[in-house]
Amino acid sequence: MDIGLPPAQGLYDPRNEHDACGVGFIANVKGVKSNAIVAQGLQILVNLDHRGAVGADPLLGDGAGILIQIPDALFRDWAKTAKVELPKPGDYAVAMCFLPQDAPARDVAMKQFENFLGKSKQNLLGWRDVPVDAKGIGKAVIDSMPVIKQAVIAKGSPAMSQDAFERKLLAIRKETQNPLAEVARKNNLPGLAEFYMPSLSTRTIVYKGLLLAGQVGTFYKDLTNPLCESALALVHQRFSTNTFPSWRLAHPYRFIAHNGEINTVRGNVNWMYARRRSMESALLGADLDKMWPLIPHGQSDTACLDNALELLVAGGYPLAHAMMMLIPEAWAGHAHMDPKRRAFYEYHAALMEPWDGPAAIAFTDGRQIGATLDRNGLRPARFIVTDDDLVVLASESGVLPIPEEKIVRKWRLQPGKMLLIDLDEGRIIEDEEIKNTIAGKHPYADWLHEMQFKLAELPDPEEAPTQRGDNSVSLLDRQQAFGYTQEDVQFFLEPMAAQGDDPIGSMGADTPIAVLSRKPKLLYNYFKQNFAQVTNPPIDPIREELVMSLVSMIGPRPNLLGLAAGTHRRLEITQPVLTNAALEKIRSISELVDGAFRTATIDITWDASEGAAGLKSAIERIRLEATEHVLQDINILILSDRGVNADRIPVPALLALSAVHHKLIRQGLRMQVGLVVETGEAREVHHFCTLAGYGAEAVNPYLAFETLEQIRQREGMKLSEKDVKKNYIKAIGKGILKVMSKMGISTYQSYCGAQIFDGVGLSTDLIAEYFTGTSTTIEGVGLLEIGEEAVRRHANAFGDNPIYRDLLDVGGDYAYRIRGEDHAWTPDSVAKLQHAVRGNVSEDYAAFAQSINEQNERLLTIRGLMQFKFAEMPVPITEVEPAAEIVKRFATGAMSFGSISREAHTNLAIAMNRIGGRSNTGEGGEKADRFTPMKNGDSMRSRIKQVASGRFGVTTEYLVNADDIQIKMAQGAKPGEGGQLPGHKVDKNIAKVRHSTPGVGLISPPPHHDIYSIEDLAQLIHDLKNVNPVARISVKLVSEVGVGTVAAGVSKARADHVTISGFEGGTGASPLTSLTHAGSPWEIGLAETQQTLVLNELRGRIAVQVDGGLRTGRDVAIGALLGADEFGFSTAPLIASGCIMMRKCHLNTCPVGVATQDPVLRARFTGQPEHVINYFFFVAEELRHIMAQLGFRKVEEMVGRVDLLNMKQAVDHWKAKGVDLSKLLYQPKPKPGVAIKVSETQNHGLEGALDHKLIKSAKAALGKTPKPVQINETVNNVNRTVGAMLSGEVARRHGHAGLPDDTIQITLTGTAGQSFGAFLARGVTLTLVGDGNDYVGKGLSGGRVIVRQPENVSRSPLENIIVGNTVLYGAIAGEAYFEGVAGERFAVRNSGAVAVAEGCGDHGCEYMTGGVVVVLGQTGRNFAAGMSGGVAYVYDPEKGFANQCNPSMVALQAVKPAEGSADADAPLQRSPAVDNNGMGDMLRYDAERLRILVERHLLHTGSERARELLNNWSEALTHFVKVMPTDYARALKDMQSTRTIVAAE
Amino acid sequence: MGKPTGFLEYEKKERAYEKPEARKKNYSEFLKRMDNAEIRTQAARCMDCGIPFCQGTGSVAPGTPGCPVNNQIPDWNNLVLRDHWKAASDNLHSTNNFPEFTGRVCPAPCEASCVLNIDDNPVSIKTIECEIVDRAFDEGWLKPQLAPRGTGKRIAIVGSGPAGLACAQQLARAGHAPTVFEKSDRIGGLLRYGIPDFKMEKHLIDKRIRQLEGEGVIFRPRMHIGIDVSVQRLLDDYQVLVLAGGAEKPRDLPIPGRELDGVHYAMDFLTQQNKRVAGDDENKAAPGGTISAKGRHVVVIGGGDTGSDCIGTSNRHGALSVTQLEIMPQPPAKENKATTWPDWPLKLRTSSSHEEGCERDFAVVTKRAIGEGGKVTALICARIEWVRGARGMEMKEVAGSEFELKADLVLLAMGFAGPVVPGLVDQTRATLDPRGNVAASTGDYKTSTDKIFACGDMRRGQSLVVWAIREGRQCARAVDEYLMGSSSLPR
Repeated sequence: MDIGLPPAQGLYDPRNEHDACGVGFIANVKGVKSNAIVAQGLQILVNLDHRGAVGADPLLGDGAGILIQIPDALFRDWAKTAKVELPKPGDYAVAMCFLPQDAPARDVAMKQFENFLGKSKQNLLGWRDVPVDAKGIGKAVIDSMPVIKQAVIAKGSPAMSQDAFERKLLAIRKETQNPLAEVARKNNLPGLAEFYMPSLSTRTIVYKGLLLAGQVGTFYKDLTNPLCESALALVHQRFSTNTFPSWRLAHPYRFIAHNGEINTVRGNVNWMYARRRSMESALLGADLDKMWPLIPHGQSDTACLDNALELLVAGGYPLAHAMMMLIPEAWAGHAHMDPKRRAFYEYHAALMEPWDGPAAIAFTDGRQIGATLDRNGLRPARFIVTDDDLVVLASESGVLPIPEEKIVRKWRLQPGKMLLIDLDEGRIIEDEEIKNTIAGKHPYADWLHEMQFKLAELPDPEEAPTQRGDNSVSLLDRQQAFGYTQEDVQFFLEPMAAQGDDPIGSMGADTPIAVLSRKPKLLYNYFKQNFAQVTNPPIDPIREELVMSLVSMIGPRPNLLGLAAGTHRRLEITQPVLTNAALEKIRSISELVDGAFRTATIDITWDASEGAAGLKSAIERIRLEATEHVLQDINILILSDRGVNADRIPVPALLALSAVHHKLIRQGLRMQVGLVVETGEAREVHHFCTLAGYGAEAVNPYLAFETLEQIRQREGMKLSEKDVKKNYIKAIGKGILKVMSKMGISTYQSYCGAQIFDGVGLSTDLIAEYFTGTSTTIEGVGLLEIGEEAVRRHANAFGDNPIYRDLLDVGGDYAYRIRGEDHAWTPDSVAKLQHAVRGNVSEDYAAFAQSINEQNERLLTIRGLMQFKFAEMPVPITEVEPAAEIVKRFATGAMSFGSISREAHTNLAIAMNRIGGRSNTGEGGEKADRFTPMKNGDSMRSRIKQVASGRFGVTTEYLVNADDIQIKMAQGAKPGEGGQLPGHKVDKNIAKVRHSTPGVGLISPPPHHDIYSIEDLAQLIHDLKNVNPVARISVKLVSEVGVGTVAAGVSKARADHVTISGFEGGTGASPLTSLTHAGSPWEIGLAETQQTLVLNELRGRIAVQVDGGLRTGRDVAIGALLGADEFGFSTAPLIASGCIMMRKCHLNTCPVGVATQDPVLRARFTGQPEHVINYFFFVAEELRHIMAQLGFRKVEEMVGRVDLLNMKQAVDHWKAKGVDLSKLLYQPKPKPGVAIKVSETQNHGLEGALDHKLIKSAKAALGKTPKPVQINETVNNVNRTVGAMLSGEVARRHGHAGLPDDTIQITLTGTAGQSFGAFLARGVTLTLVGDGNDYVGKGLSGGRVIVRQPENVSRSPLENIIVGNTVLYGAIAGEAYFEGVAGERFAVRNSGAVAVAEGCGDHGCEYMTGGVVVVLGQTGRNFAAGMSGGVAYVYDPEKGFANQCNPSMVALQAVKPAEGSADADAPLQRSPAVDNNGMGDMLRYDAERLRILVERHLLHTGSERARELLNNWSEALTHFVKVMPTDYARALKDMQSTRTIVAAE
Repeated sequence: MGKPTGFLEYEKKERAYEKPEARKKNYSEFLKRMDNAEIRTQAARCMDCGIPFCQGTGSVAPGTPGCPVNNQIPDWNNLVLRDHWKAASDNLHSTNNFPEFTGRVCPAPCEASCVLNIDDNPVSIKTIECEIVDRAFDEGWLKPQLAPRGTGKRIAIVGSGPAGLACAQQLARAGHAPTVFEKSDRIGGLLRYGIPDFKMEKHLIDKRIRQLEGEGVIFRPRMHIGIDVSVQRLLDDYQVLVLAGGAEKPRDLPIPGRELDGVHYAMDFLTQQNKRVAGDDENKAAPGGTISAKGRHVVVIGGGDTGSDCIGTSNRHGALSVTQLEIMPQPPAKENKATTWPDWPLKLRTSSSHEEGCERDFAVVTKRAIGEGGKVTALICARIEWVRGARGMEMKEVAGSEFELKADLVLLAMGFAGPVVPGLVDQTRATLDPRGNVAASTGDYKTSTDKIFACGDMRRGQSLVVWAIREGRQCARAVDEYLMGSSSLPR
């Protein structure tokens, strides 16, 4: 087996690899060392096993490891035998080394290291062979195993402090490792590059490797040696998205172990690189220079972060301080934060851009051990403290069998918080204390006051700015020179000015990508936004606004390692879009701020007479000027295209910017200067995002402002000029936040320069020089073509073309126009398709297919550039499998009932069921009446049931009625975003299916709150498989660079099926920004997926489906050859059903009754199942003809046969001629026996489920006449998803209604694994004595979940956690009682469950739409964000709750005393049925309802708090606050008045 | 853009007509303009479709749905809605040289293709178009658009119908010097003498000609190329010759009695009347003798637009009765939308002339004319049925269905069989296509003879005014490309 990641090949690129994992540590607070700690560390590892993964080979894990203090006794023992004198602890260091297997390389490596040690005058005492036992280790692992040795090094000079020694060691390690690749190449010793030092420290040592969790202890014999003592053990179990063995990628690293992802790592690494000339350190002195590159290329994100941390620590920052710099909590929007701490963060914001992403980081330097969580708290970290001074922290609770009565505290890390244990001081230091101490160490507020300038607070320049640029050039000409279209004005600028929002559109994008377009496209269009899927979660920038920030710093940055206030002034702006006035302030800033800043403007236009070729020299000139300015101490550069006129062509601003940005980075000058762009080009959100992504600290879109003013006057808008600008800036700001949050990035500062884009249709040379580090897959345009595009725009502005004399170009991107952009769906193609399917006319279909397939004249798609290599001997068409077989591989896409009408939805379902294909519910549930066949034998049941982030209508019954369960990670039209169904669209029917209230808006969160990483996805797959073991579990991904790697992870997470969607896919509603600029064509994603899965030997166990713009049989053929087993269609079958591409789905005005809920318009729907069936048979017949020519008899023979595709040169196309599909058409050579299509099944590991036992014990209750049963069991954290399989059985027999209350009563003791009580059906009561982990009661469907403390413990439930994060996510019905505090996002997206807890974390009741939640203790921040329905009651005697609550959608009310009498609307003691939780009229009876719930809580848990409250009830009532969503209250009142009217009649 | 719910809120309305009784008394246009508020309301019904089928496909193939000149209908509907009439006019004129013609006489395939027509109430596109241009004339916005610089290239255009005029205007705007030759005494071709004034008053043509003249187009009426002046002469004097002479050869009815007095081609009848309305005295208007319907029983043979024009004119003359015969069976009142929309549907169309009074009979074949004293008195007709035969639908006479129809004026309105070949076309030596039209492709509009181009009905065969405009524009671009190597004229 080859070692490590394979080289980049085809579309596979090792830098797309991701990992995530389980992390944990144990420490003795008092610093007492023992081998028991090590052993317990190893035990934690074993109990986190399910968070790791195994690849194609079950003996090949992704890696695991442990970090401990240097076991002094062990090394003294070694010293004895080695006859070496070991200095006292602290005066010697141990280098843990992974040495090359190859002996000559190993020799060189060791010599190299020894040499640098000698040079630095440190004494090598000797090499110790690390004793290992390879028994039980897989062969692949052994084959890739390095030679593991430890170098023991004594401090060179007695005078040197231990910290100085550590610094020296760091320099030596860097000096040794950094040039290795180079040396390896020069000496032709490839093995040399493998030399890797997991650790080199006087305090800690890392034992890690490509091992399964349980193997770490047996492999490294040191660890079980009684002499191996440590007071701490940090462990990590990895789950990576690949199956390539790598020893070094295991965690822990030198300082940290990480669970999560650093989304901004590309930018972070760039910025570190850019500091080369601006960084100095008194402590490191000349050694600093030896350390470059500080962060070597090609490492994992964690390794990069570790490198940054070790630098900061070596530079003199205390460990906790450094962590606060790297991963700051959300301070910008935190009104209640201590001012000193705020000042600390604000001060450091200029020193270091946040390393942003979901992260639980455990860190240690051997003296202190701690952990911190990112600002969003997106990874779990639970900890306990025992009465004998142990602290155990891990990704989940229950990882060590510690008796409950010994535990004095159970808690969790909260978002942005830190836990620190100082072993020297022998105590736990809480977040508050650490941060106050660090923030109080220096007068940061004073420093800020002196050094920081806020642009808004600076006075206006004395002289009013004159009009810049050429006054004689008309607005129209300038607009044309920058490629403005009528659509830019109508679809973007005008709505933004009027509403302050990024505009919405629908039905996807069917235009060619920029490189295939005949029109000149703006350079921005070649960049496709990346987005988070699976390996990291997107953020909700609206509902979780508190973590987001648009603050930007312009200009030079202070010395990162300057520990005191530096000399650099800093300029702060609150958001990056500058008005003209603000820009003029910057331009004249040297006068405003006593010369601390000096600004220069660089003209970025070139002489029109030079034509397209002039662009190259223009860029060289701009770069040269930039460098010269910086060398002359200019520290703000404005790149300006104001100079545009008939003789000057503007350089695309993005190109000018990125060219300068990268040049300055390479020169190490970038940190000394700020880059501001003054451009007429930028107007849409995406433009600003790309500019930000390539380094713009601020942008002035002057022409957009002028155009806005033109619109304002022309349209007689009632807004002032200022308001229009304000709205526009607001819209752009919101849009940028949304784009950032799609990638899970929260701050502009870390987004800036992060290059979160794929280049599609750009040449490698161009990227390498100007957009260094960006991915590009299909090659394409270079500088000359980009120049030509600019020239053409310029000619439109200043040439003679009569079309452009008075009018802007029509655009035609968002609506079809004859003179506009090409579309696949044209008046002709729509008409031909509809005539074909309605009359069953194959000639019309042929004409339709021809108009799509033949792209000689108009290029539409990448596949248009492919051609088949037909067989010399075609197969007779009669031998090709019949169309009726082929159509079984077809599915219709996910379109929710809600986005399309019931008529359209059922039409597709009936059609697909008739032909044996599959239709998809989409997000939003399915009415239960559709689960039973119709009288005529048809069925409206969708075989694919989708599970999306909103979990609307995802009941147990829904899941057991699925053949496929599709987890929608992303959607082609708007990957990384949530959705919103406005209240007016939620009618009675939709509300019923979605288990919500008519008239109340519904929000789908951007992330699945139970999927923040790959191991979470594995958990959800496990959950769904438990509920319905016979359904295939599918994961829907969207094409982007790296999707193949994610797909590999999905396959390892045991999905049965993966869908790769192209960005073209249609949608009911999406911001136009996302519709066009996010995601990439399916050809790219599918090809990468196939290549990566085959390389990983994971292809056989997962079926691959492609969708997003499939239209014809040729499309299907190409999809199959590129590697798809199955095929999804959405827009085409909708058109067959009558859709005419109105693109107004989001307005509910569909005139043909497809995408509307309006009964008048629905009546216009004319689609028939036959139309859809005809369409699919036409497609299949077309495919059969292609198959015959290719020589295939069956579709399965052609899957993955990319060797039968060729590229056809687009010679006549001025841009597309540079496109090169060879990476896409690359076929990795699979080893013999490795499948290239689906041929195996996943091992879901369900056999071990506790539910098998439960089902057996519940036999009597599951019989024909259910009899109540009681079951008692023990449980621990490896028992996951308890109750789900049992509930599936109940739902299969009794539907959503379930069994009578309490029919199956189960009591479990211990710590339950994740997803305890998930999808619990009515009639099942699950009592847990102990504690639960994340996702308790997920999708609760009527059952009752109780978690309570054991009787014999004295911990206060109000201060101890009892269930983890994301509890009751998507709960539909049922009850839950928790005697203790719940983690973050308690009752998120609860639709109807009733729950009581004694405290909860941040974001409680987020997106809740129904049900009742009672919190008897403290809540975290941002309670009720996006809560549109249901009510919550919070016990708040200290009156602090209002500050914790997000007021945007809810009102806080006092609880009124009980009413004297009760009517039929009063709440009941028990819920009478699954769809009636007995909570009565939510507008009344608060006191009665609350009392019932507190009484029930007492009854089920014996809660002390409940007892106290009830004892003094009337007093208690006055301390409750009712949280009432305003829309919900309004909708309830509306319903009541309708009811009263009906009753009166 | 637009008003998304407009189509749900507002009823469709069209321009009102004068009552038939009143309008039958004169030859003035009888369409009443709509007021500003109402027309903007009608524009608000436009849904701003993602695919506006109304604007056509860009194809020039026969049967293509939507607007042949690709009017950017949603865009100007939106501008009208917002009261931006000047911008609407600019937009409209960027695709259509003469919307005042199409706004009156076009059968409006755009409205047939309108998405709202799936439900039978399309946006009143034609009405809006007409109002945009009428207003533009009223406001004086339609000034000559001078080319920035001249090319010195001279182009001869034969024929001053819509194709020739559109071609001339486009070429002039590209800086060339076009001269339009017309055999009649007035400029306008079929627009001038084929379309009755009550459909379109002729001062509209005059206004437009003044604009063209302002742009440098030279008009040479009463020059019958191929008769008065040879084609060679034009080829000597001009760099390029464009044939835009129309398809003027009327389709005849070779039956016994055809020679009888009182049997006329429709175009002879209509031309006379147009000249009278234009103020010509009877000698000038009808040098071959007056054809009058006054006090006569008129039979119009042919169910198309020309037939309708004959009906309207006959009624205005004071005919005793008007009967229109159509050989094809009566089409359905409603088409099958599912399989026809957005294409132009075959359905029963009732024109304003029909409303003014006439009998219509379908599936009727005229077997012979009979007369007294050389004058026609009646037609002998028979009913037919259409049956599927070896070569598609074939007609079969219904046995014993012969009947006599009183007729003392018979107008033959059965369409045109292509361009008149002797003279002009002969002299060009250009190849004809199988249908007898001058052969040229829609890519380059070149005939088989060097330097000679052809467009409009002469190339395409008889068609709509709007197609003629389309061809004239495209041909102009082809000529510009031919002369200059490239062209920025819109197609």
